[in-house]
Amino acid sequence: MVEKHIQLAENSVEKETTTINLGPTHPATHGIFQNIMEIDGERVIKTEMTVGYIHRAFEKIAERRPYSQITPLTDRLNYCSAPINNFGWHMTIEKLVGLEVPKRVDYLRVIIMELARIADHLVCNSVIGVDTGALTPFTYVFQWREKIYEIYEGICGSRLTTNIGRIGGFERNFPDDTWKKIHDFMDGFPAVLKEFETLLTRNRIFMDRCIGAGAISAERALNWSMTGPNLRATGVDYDVRVHSPYSSYNEFDFKIPVGSAGDVYDRYLVRNGEMWESYRIIQQALDKLKGMDSSIFHADAPEFYLPEKADVYTKMEALIYHFKIVMGETDLPPGEVYHSVEGGNGELGYYLVSDGGRTPYRLHFRRPCFIYYQAFNEMVAGGLFSDAVVTLSSINVIAGELDA
Amino acid sequence: MSIDTFLILEKIILVVIIIAASMGVAAYSTWAERKVAAVMQDRIGPLRAGPFGLLQPLADGGKLFFKEEIVPDNSTKWLFMLAPAMFIFTSLMTSAIIPWGPDFVINGSEGARTVALQVADINIGILYVFGVVSIGVYGIMLGGWASNNKFSLLSAIRAASQAISYELALGLSLIALLMLTGTLSLRTIVEQQHGFWDGNYFTWNFFKQPLGFVIFLVCSFAELNRAPFDMPESESELNMGYHLEYSSMKLGMFLFAEYINMFISSAVLATLFFGGYNFPWMDQVQAAVPSGIFSLICVGVLMAKVVGFILFFMFVRWTLPRFRFDQLLNLGWTKLIPLALFNMLVTGAVILFFFNKK
Amino acid sequence: MCNFLWLASTEGIGSYAPVLIQLLIAGAVVSLLMLLTHILGPKRKTKDKLINFESGIEQIGNARKPMGVKYFIVAILFVLFDVEVIFFYPYAVNFRELGTEGFLAVLMFVALFVCGFVYVIKKGALKWED
Repeated sequence: MVEKHIQLAENSVEKETTTINLGPTHPATHGIFQNIMEIDGERVIKTEMTVGYIHRAFEKIAERRPYSQITPLTDRLNYCSAPINNFGWHMTIEKLVGLEVPKRVDYLRVIIMELARIADHLVCNSVIGVDTGALTPFTYVFQWREKIYEIYEGICGSRLTTNIGRIGGFERNFPDDTWKKIHDFMDGFPAVLKEFETLLTRNRIFMDRCIGAGAISAERALNWSMTGPNLRATGVDYDVRVHSPYSSYNEFDFKIPVGSAGDVYDRYLVRNGEMWESYRIIQQALDKLKGMDSSIFHADAPEFYLPEKADVYTKMEALIYHFKIVMGETDLPPGEVYHSVEGGNGELGYYLVSDGGRTPYRLHFRRPCFIYYQAFNEMVAGGLFSDAVVTLSSINVIAGELDA
Repeated sequence: MSIDTFLILEKIILVVIIIAASMGVAAYSTWAERKVAAVMQDRIGPLRAGPFGLLQPLADGGKLFFKEEIVPDNSTKWLFMLAPAMFIFTSLMTSAIIPWGPDFVINGSEGARTVALQVADINIGILYVFGVVSIGVYGIMLGGWASNNKFSLLSAIRAASQAISYELALGLSLIALLMLTGTLSLRTIVEQQHGFWDGNYFTWNFFKQPLGFVIFLVCSFAELNRAPFDMPESESELNMGYHLEYSSMKLGMFLFAEYINMFISSAVLATLFFGGYNFPWMDQVQAAVPSGIFSLICVGVLMAKVVGFILFFMFVRWTLPRFRFDQLLNLGWTKLIPLALFNMLVTGAVILFFFNKK
Repeated sequence: MCNFLWLASTEGIGSYAPVLIQLLIAGAVVSLLMLLTHILGPKRKTKDKLINFESGIEQIGNARKPMGVKYFIVAILFVLFDVEVIFFYPYAVNFRELGTEGFLAVLMFVALFVCGFVYVIKKGALKWED
């Protein structure tokens, strides 16, 4: 312990600190947001988080958009796991109108959502590696994120901002080569994840960098209303998939990995553990799909689900619904609904108020990143500058989700 | 024309060759680094410029020459200019004392003449390297300070603290070796490691000083600012640090000098611990081939060792994460320095009580 | 025979003459590089281009402020200990001649060195997280 013999005056030269801007364009901020950091040598005294650099007013835009056209907005929240956002929104609508989707759609959604979770966690964990200086594991797992993107591509035609699925199901059935890609992924992925863990998990330098960095207690994390891997790293086993199951998650058997210290290393371990669990969930979903009628991929909900194009030209009813859906003239029942899914980053909630019109009266996204980022100062103040950078990547702040 | 004019001429030629070679090796180290990284990361690496991308360093260098030279407004301009020059200058100076090969004899009209493949065999030998390398730190310091940028300044101060911290352990780890050799001259140290197997024991110093070698190697990583000790230019924290504000060839000189330093320190490592240009059965080879060819083979052997070390530096860089700054200082001060002291004392005791044949 | 005889000696200051040659040639190479890049590059200065990088926004305050004192503590410790390390060099070179007596003397020196070293570490000079 260094004793402090001299008490410095408040504004003396000796006490002057350096103000560093970590962001908006800084390699440590993955995306556009800003940290105004007061540092004293290597130590971070405090940091002031600034958001809003890519605020696109999605909640306001959504008030002018028909329900089916809000899905592309949700893509741009957490763009590392866009399908979860899409399905979350679809399920919110289904909850509001009381639409039951077939089991097969649930399982298909589960497969895609868990793939998306794997993609999200792969990015986050490998970027912790990049920020500690280990670039190689990042390139290994990125090839496998690419394979997940190819699976999305086969289903919906796009890769990053997927706009996958429709209200009531999927826009089309999974093609055969996509099934092949899914099975290939399932065959190859465990070896890759194992290799990734071998490279980082027990690496002495990586452990030294991560253990104890950016720690937060369970109590404080709950007070900040943190969710997802960052909360579970502190030891609280809250997972939306278990506590308020959606999309038939209650039929699956999986564990919730939890940490204890709530530091960067625990977050890393929790995310790695979740990837293994996601893998198991996909396996179970694939098993459950066997023997199901493989022609079902959407609910029979003519009001929300676009009819076949051939029917539009031949059937009156199909033409009417086609027109109403495309022009966004489907009125929803008035009411209030909150639906949340376990996003890549935590509880992603949709709070929707409908006044019975064709657009939401008010829509709010509960964006986990926004919540984590508020706690950033508490995590890094008093620690070292390098810790702050690693902490920032470990809480996985994604600018799109931060600013909505 | 006297024979000593030839000496000067000979030295000038040697210096030009060595400087050209170190720059060439440095240039191709950048290519090798990218290829090694590519192989390790399942990528292809540079491919377009020439076969296997072999012309890539030339393209990169040429590009840097034709880039705009930007000197920030509130920088201290002449120091900003001086810093990269100083950094690369010191890195070009260190090669002076490395013995690249054994002497060879030229039979001319004026009689036989021995040519040394070493620029200067000065009596302080390895201390010269330390001295010049410490001046190199000024290049980083000046570059970081003159930029008047917070990241650069932080990086420069980190670099300085790191360099001086590891210089202690570097110096200490070498003392045990010097006890063995009893000289500072690199030439003598190499000659002592003649061949590979001396009937009873391995001649290379690595086998006598394994711990000293490990400490020296770790310290070399730190002195070179290579991963896992690349705190000063940690791209995720400080945006490349002290050369953040540099552009054009001034940036190139910083990067280039680091590769030259890597080349030279590989050569120093090979010379001190891995027998320099010595190789097994060298006596038989020497008897079989003419003196000039033998010298060339020796230079080739040293180069092979150097390339081995350079590749090792690269493998480590693309494998390990980076230390945190306090961990780095702690490793240097609380682990390597005591270890080096311990190594020194044990070496001294062992030599005195077991191998003192006087 | 000639004026350059002193160059041939490997002892004394003469052995440094080739270093001087290297110094001149290296200096020339570096000057050439600096000059070339100065001549060859385009020169279109604009005000924004010459601003310091500060993560894309305006710089807050000056960079040249007093930095954390920890770095300077490391520097001062280096000066202290490096002087002691330098003392080891002449000893190491003459190690065999000095024999057991010299070794005991150095053992004492190392003991003093370690005392100072332990004091510094215990005092927390290298603790960055307080």
